[in-house]
Amino acid sequence: MSASDITQYFDYIFMAMLLCIGIAVIRLRNLFAVVMLTGAYSLISAAWFVSLDAVDVGFTEAAVGAGISTVLLLGAMLLTSREADKTSLGRHAAAAVVTIAAGAGLFYALGDMPVYGDAASPANTGVGMEYVDLTAEQIVIPNVVTAVLASYRGFDTMGEVFVVFAAGLGVALLIGLGGSKREED
Amino acid sequence: MITPVLDFGIAIVLAISMVLMISRLFIGPTLYDRVLAVNSFGTKTVLFLAVFSLMVGRGDGLDIALLYALINFIATIAILKFFRYRSLDVALSQMALRRALDGEEDD
Repeated sequence: MSASDITQYFDYIFMAMLLCIGIAVIRLRNLFAVVMLTGAYSLISAAWFVSLDAVDVGFTEAAVGAGISTVLLLGAMLLTSREADKTSLGRHAAAAVVTIAAGAGLFYALGDMPVYGDAASPANTGVGMEYVDLTAEQIVIPNVVTAVLASYRGFDTMGEVFVVFAAGLGVALLIGLGGSKREED
Repeated sequence: MITPVLDFGIAIVLAISMVLMISRLFIGPTLYDRVLAVNSFGTKTVLFLAVFSLMVGRGDGLDIALLYALINFIATIAILKFFRYRSLDVALSQMALRRALDGEEDD
């Protein structure tokens, strides 16, 4: 029994946990409990990413999902009430139709996906293998993901940084940087 | 070779305790039950990642386990601070000072 044979059972366990938490987030009215549950959701999905061998994605999920967004959601809770209002059945039905349609589309597209870990998939045959082979001599760092993000696709990453910076600047201009202004009023 | 079986057993036990934590998170009933459940859930995740990285024989998981431990700690403090002071934008040291000057009248 190889390692991936064993780890797939953890994938199933984590997926079941994610499903339970998703249902609980929908059912609960207490917003604080919902914030706590989303924190746990991020922790599970990060552990799941590690179990799927995507260690870098797990690292990002742990830092952004479990750390910052829990605190951000708490800050947002400060501006609203503790309990969620009851939603009408019609809106629930509309949301259910949209999610079921999107889920069905994703399941339909699943047939075209390469098998998990397939050596002949496009990601493992084309330029991806070249990155893996050449990173050690061209970029001289051990982590291939970092080499792709920061060097091979450096301009792309720089563009993303500009976009995130512009978005942050826009939000800061709209709602202010806090603190000092409030005490003058 | 008993070690892989042992690792697997420990990981399963940790997964079961994660499920227990989720149920406590769901049931509540008080706020502190939930804070404790999330904190303890984070600890279980850290332990699980450490066992998992041993199981597959790669050290990468330990880095993430360390990061989790740090984030878990900070998030718990942020949550508790939020509920004690209803705000995140004043330093804890100043909060303590303010409370000392007010003579703990808000307790």
